[in-house]
Amino acid sequence: MPKVKVARKSTNIDMTAMCDVAFLLLTFFMLTTKFKADEPVTVTTPKSISEIKLPDNDIMSITITKDGRVYYGVDGKFNREKLLQKISTKYNIPFTQEEAYAFSLTTAFGVPIPKLKSFLDLPPDQRKDIQQPGIPIDTSNNELGVWILNGRLANPNYRIAIRGDGDCPYPVIKKVIATLQSWHVNKFNLITNLEVRPKI
Amino acid sequence: MAELDTSKGGGHKKGKKKRSKKASTRVDLTPMVDLAFLLVTFFMMTTTFSKPQTMEINMPVKPPPGSEQKDQSTKASQTMTIILGANDKVFWFKGTPDTANFSTTDYSPNGLRRILIDINKSTKDLTCIIKPTDKCNYRNVVDALDEMSIIGIKRYALVSDFAEDETNKIKNL
Repeated sequence: MPKVKVARKSTNIDMTAMCDVAFLLLTFFMLTTKFKADEPVTVTTPKSISEIKLPDNDIMSITITKDGRVYYGVDGKFNREKLLQKISTKYNIPFTQEEAYAFSLTTAFGVPIPKLKSFLDLPPDQRKDIQQPGIPIDTSNNELGVWILNGRLANPNYRIAIRGDGDCPYPVIKKVIATLQSWHVNKFNLITNLEVRPKI
Repeated sequence: MAELDTSKGGGHKKGKKKRSKKASTRVDLTPMVDLAFLLVTFFMMTTTFSKPQTMEINMPVKPPPGSEQKDQSTKASQTMTIILGANDKVFWFKGTPDTANFSTTDYSPNGLRRILIDINKSTKDLTCIIKPTDKCNYRNVVDALDEMSIIGIKRYALVSDFAEDETNKIKNL
């Protein structure tokens, strides 16, 4: 009987092709990526069928947490610096270069203006951890209105987006909307999660 | 593929054999692929492809003080008021609060949506007034606004002033 010889094949695989693919994908992701902005709080937005996309830039965001604290944030490093300058002259609080830089990197914050300086003095990792009290929105001390007004002065193109937690009590939302309306902002966006349109 | 041919071709030189060692130029690409995929994974995880969805709302413009108040009221027969109460309850009525009958419903597809579909069919130019009470939460408001866009009611408004009849009547429900 003839022997059946199994040809021994080398187990060495040519990796070049795989390497090519991997780097192609890597390049793609590196170019398309836009890092998730770090949010100081996580909120679960309610769902809606609306499919309007939020524009990429010129967004002024008002985040409202479950327990009714209000956070405020604007995008654009340059605009944030401008905004802080306006607040600084209005409230007569001088900010140092480091504080201004720290502010220009803050995507959203929820501290009253008098406490802003000490908040910005904290090291970045501590700033993330502390519980921020939220921006006052009472009628007697409505700092949100001040921020909105000065934000719009810093960049008139800002659109206002409200990111509210679904379980947030309505009176807070009512106050925020009333604040917006008192500054003649009658058009704004509510950030929601996408939900499938039900059949009717 | 990933190696270069380093053999210089035949050509024996007679005499001294000065054979330099032929080092293979074959590089093991496996660690490089590993690294590349690691980075791919990192970028895949951190990237945000989907932009957040938003809902646009327009609030009625407040007339400047001192100016003549324009009549913004609508016909009572074409108006439906939806009051958002505590614990995901919804109260609704058609017409004016003093004469209308209040009913209770919820946010389920067979609740508010069914009622709205029926009323929207039977009423021409229906206007909905959404009145969230202080006890409801933000999700309720978004749900109610969302129903408007699901059903296609064009005219709706978010109002937070309550008539006396309304507060009294929902207390009894």
